[in-house]
Amino acid sequence: MNTLVCISHVPDTTAKINFTSDGRSLDAAGIQFVINPYDEFGLTKALHLKESLGGTITVLNVGGPETEPTLRKALAIGADQAVRIDAIPSDAITVAQNIKNHISANSYDLIICGQESIDYNGQQVPAMIAALLQLPFTNACVGLDLSGSEATTKAEIDGGHAIFKANLPLVIGGKKGLVEEKDLRIPNMRGIMSARSKPLKIEVAIEGTPATRSVSFDKPAVKTAVRMIDPENVEELIRLLHEEAKAI
Amino acid sequence: MSIFVYVEDWNGAYKKSSFEAVSYAKIWANSLNTTVTALTSSAASNPSVLGDYGADNVLRFEIEKTGFGLAQQLRALIENASGVVISGTNFGKSVAPAFSALSSGALSSNTTSTPISTSPLTVKRGAFSSKGIETIELSGEMPIICFVPNSIGVQEFPTSCNVTETQAEGHDLLSIEEITIASGKIALPEADVVVSAGRGLKGPEHWGMIEELADVLGAATACSKPVSDIGWRPHNEHVGQTGIQVNPNLYIAIGISGAIQHLAGVSASKTIVVVNTDPEAPFFKAADYGIVGDAFQVVPKLVDTLRAFKADQ
Repeated sequence: MNTLVCISHVPDTTAKINFTSDGRSLDAAGIQFVINPYDEFGLTKALHLKESLGGTITVLNVGGPETEPTLRKALAIGADQAVRIDAIPSDAITVAQNIKNHISANSYDLIICGQESIDYNGQQVPAMIAALLQLPFTNACVGLDLSGSEATTKAEIDGGHAIFKANLPLVIGGKKGLVEEKDLRIPNMRGIMSARSKPLKIEVAIEGTPATRSVSFDKPAVKTAVRMIDPENVEELIRLLHEEAKAI
Repeated sequence: MSIFVYVEDWNGAYKKSSFEAVSYAKIWANSLNTTVTALTSSAASNPSVLGDYGADNVLRFEIEKTGFGLAQQLRALIENASGVVISGTNFGKSVAPAFSALSSGALSSNTTSTPISTSPLTVKRGAFSSKGIETIELSGEMPIICFVPNSIGVQEFPTSCNVTETQAEGHDLLSIEEITIASGKIALPEADVVVSAGRGLKGPEHWGMIEELADVLGAATACSKPVSDIGWRPHNEHVGQTGIQVNPNLYIAIGISGAIQHLAGVSASKTIVVVNTDPEAPFFKAADYGIVGDAFQVVPKLVDTLRAFKADQ
């Protein structure tokens, strides 16, 4: 069972987001970077599968050297080896093409991505990898069972759930449900020590042509001050929602 | 050089986001002086209604059931397009990137605006979990827009439309074993009103009044992350940065303090009401209307007053 877990290196969920003064990019000053939360569920799922089926877990990131601590953390949690494809991720299709090339040159039974990264919220790369490789794909994947070379996946769909069956290799865009929050693993001291000697390979990126260009970032408009309403006077709230906000 | 739009149906019926997709395509097409071609399932019972929202032509075909299969069909059917619109439903989000990869069309997902400029196509999209708004340019001849439902709104553009039957080949790579739709409940991502509750409710046995409030408002129910983590409510009700992101017209938060991760999932809501016992709860800073009070007193009062209000309407 060879599993590839694609990892994004993203600002911590509690980070206050600011942009550089020219508005071109994230102001990374003071921001702590973490494994993308969606990918954490996938990494833990990969560990569970390895514990029952054996095999190797490779974690991969497309990014610059600054993402290596995040890959080392994934190794400390229990992945066997790491790959960093050396490129500044400019858009989803170039990232997907790089990951596709890596997959084609290796042999994976399962490719686990997070449904989306919490920085660019594209929700594009996993489906693109699958389409480029013509592999089955489940998005918003909240359950995965393997039986031999057959996979059963459970996905969130609008208003409910769907169960799919497919043959491996398979690509998923995972989220909470794949494993539970309480199952998430944090690195222990032995893991951190052993992560130092696990292989972290740097691969040369292919030069793709980005299809999109980020022009600028803004912060959302600040809300006007909240209007407080007396708890004894909910009629006033309903009047305001109806007449002022036109929300009911 | 039409703008093409894939119009999703649910067991033959259209939803608001289906019409919103056609409206989006029409607004884009108008700025290019071109037409709108809608692609839709032959299962859709009333395809000519798409003319009300701006479709000039409707092509119906038997659609494949998964994102990749449908993306192949779209690839076969869409030619001479100036652009393509897909609504960002759960299904749309697996179709759009697959179609982008197959067609090499540039894709903007999580899009929250109509085109600001058409040459090159420039739009705004949500980033950093609603903590940022990105302006993005799409290159190439057939840019693809996947928009956030309820970000543009449905607009009517009465147009006389032709409906044509067609067919296209596509191959699903996985088989559907089972589909479960929670019946009688309003799905969270498409709800106009969301009633959400958190740890302030003290236990899952107190959700009855939340469901009652949702019922009066025709709202979907939601919850905060801690509540889904401890199992009081199912995961698919968790809204926030790592849960479902919503942008309803009205979001009512009961007993939720408003952690930054929760706000990231709801701050795009048009109007936010917060009920909390703690006047210092950070959620009040993100709210339009606030009540400092005990949910166990305020919510039943709200239910009664709203019932009377609705009866008068």
